[in-house]
Amino acid sequence: MTQGRSSAPFGPLGVMRNWLRSAPSTAPRQRRSGASHVVSWVILILAILYFFVPLLATFLHSIKPRPNDIPDPTLAYRQVLADEGFFIGLGYSFLAGIITIIISLLIIVPTAYWVRLKVPRLRPVVEFVTLMPFVVPPVVFVFGLIRTYGGPPFGLLSTNAGSDFVLVAAYVILSFPYMYRAVDTGLAAIDVRTLTEASQSLGASWTRILLRVIFPNLRTAILSGAFLTLAIVVGEYTIATYLARNQAFGPYLSLLGRSAPYTPAVVTLISFALTWIAMGMIALLGRGGRQGVQVAGAR
Amino acid sequence: MSYLVLSDVRKQFGEFVAVESFNLSAERGEFVSFLGPSGCGKTTTLRMIAGFEQPTAGSIVLDGVDITQRPPNRRNVGMVFQSYALFPNMTVGDNVGFGLKVRKRPADQIRKRVGELLELMNLPDKVNRYPYQLSGGQQQRVALARALAFEPQVLLLDEPLSALDAKIRVALRQEIRAIQRQLGITTVYVTHDQEEALSLSDRVVVMSEGRMEQVGTPFEIYNFPSTAFVASFVGTLNVLPGVVTDAARGELTINGQPVRLAQAFEGKVGRDVSVALRPEMVSLGDARDGQNRLTGKVTDVSFLGSIVRMRIALGDGGATVLLDSFNEPTLTLPQLGDTVTINFPQDGPLVLDAKAPVESVEALIAEA
Repeated sequence: MTQGRSSAPFGPLGVMRNWLRSAPSTAPRQRRSGASHVVSWVILILAILYFFVPLLATFLHSIKPRPNDIPDPTLAYRQVLADEGFFIGLGYSFLAGIITIIISLLIIVPTAYWVRLKVPRLRPVVEFVTLMPFVVPPVVFVFGLIRTYGGPPFGLLSTNAGSDFVLVAAYVILSFPYMYRAVDTGLAAIDVRTLTEASQSLGASWTRILLRVIFPNLRTAILSGAFLTLAIVVGEYTIATYLARNQAFGPYLSLLGRSAPYTPAVVTLISFALTWIAMGMIALLGRGGRQGVQVAGAR
Repeated sequence: MSYLVLSDVRKQFGEFVAVESFNLSAERGEFVSFLGPSGCGKTTTLRMIAGFEQPTAGSIVLDGVDITQRPPNRRNVGMVFQSYALFPNMTVGDNVGFGLKVRKRPADQIRKRVGELLELMNLPDKVNRYPYQLSGGQQQRVALARALAFEPQVLLLDEPLSALDAKIRVALRQEIRAIQRQLGITTVYVTHDQEEALSLSDRVVVMSEGRMEQVGTPFEIYNFPSTAFVASFVGTLNVLPGVVTDAARGELTINGQPVRLAQAFEGKVGRDVSVALRPEMVSLGDARDGQNRLTGKVTDVSFLGSIVRMRIALGDGGATVLLDSFNEPTLTLPQLGDTVTINFPQDGPLVLDAKAPVESVEALIAEA
């Protein structure tokens, strides 16, 4: 769990940054024994292999020529890009992701800000609540939603719009652990109380303080939480299967895997690429700040 | 009627009383400092004027208007914080113009006012810089410009120089005073640094444990402390144990040696009292007519730049007197262990509190 300036950065990039920091150093004060160096490098190489070998295998599988076919490594890629379902699924999930991010931000930023400013003793409670998606299995969660909102008095799942609404609501809850931690770490990096009081003494209202002072200073933290949320939503399978009428990207990927041998590998690589593009955007957009890349707002 | 009036202001956090019976009337354009050790309630009082804390009791009136219940953003009070509190996402110009933008002033008017203030702060070329590109002193100047930009009725400064190094602190405090005089703005300044409070203020409020100990001009506070705490907290002070011999005639003994005060005081014969004596009131050598003289042994001599401070143990060493002498080239210094005579005028010592004699300056400060 990340708290405060000195805590570990959050998210995959943060983990990697910490991991790389712990790699062998040539600084005299931190000089380690030769054996320790070797162990560190072995661990690093194993970790890289563990991560990249499956990707490489997937890529090789995706360009493998089919039996009795003209060798064409791009065939599977062309098939995927020609499939309307791919774009429908991706578009649907991206749209759901964007709406999720907006709603999640509107809930999380004021909440995390208020908790830090006015009721810091409630922080552990709020943290626990936001962790619920990690505690409740997605299948239990989605059946709970179906039972509660599918029938009377709500009956939300009887229409497409209702289903989409419940799906986005479920994704908003699913985004809480990522978004809250990112925003909370960002808030820890700025002096929220003094900045708020400075704004108040200058005559600013609560809305202005949030929009002109707090939100802009959480830019990188918000971006980090947003892209993590987007990556989670785009790849989500369980909830989408029951609520998205097979339109979402996750179920599309699953269906494809059952019917075609090569194209799922292509789609997997594309989804990976999209995730990494999202991560790269965090780095690029975060560069405008005073200290370059900030993962999850950790400065 | 005074411009800023705090009447019977009290602040309680649960069972803890942070500020008690605080009464202050500040005139328009006056510079008032709240001086005291950490936890004495000075910042809490300032925060109540700013509106960040709500008084448990009492009222705050500004220019005839009761602002006790007003939220901070509707008080028209400028504040400068110890940590500068500049908005990191905004340039210097945007920071300074923030209060004016909130008040929906026209853009050209904001630009003009920002330019004027940055000129006043000697930062005209920094308008497009970000706070992180400035030094601490420059950041605090920007914070001051920002607090002044919207022409607040009162300027509040909460230990604004604490985070700066010594040289910049002295330079900036002179600038703050000059700007305050130039603009004629009523100012309340919080500090635990007595030198800052004494050099800047028209009046100083010395506080301890949530109470006002004394309100007065720096001259009054330093030369006529009304309580043992003020005497010990402001300046360096000898606190000597005395025994009353004739209070009506101003006579007592210090370590068995007779001392006469210019004024009578209260106290029965034989009663223990604490006698305050500033080091600069004490001189080496025999007393002139009418002056007090004590003898003792030199236990320490230390150079403090322009001043040489000597420590003299009286008699059996039960009391120690600090003595300050200007560091002149012709100064003849005694050796450690020498027996010397020291003298001080009759109006030098002050009987602090006949009821509660205090052993030493350290004890007084520890009590605070």
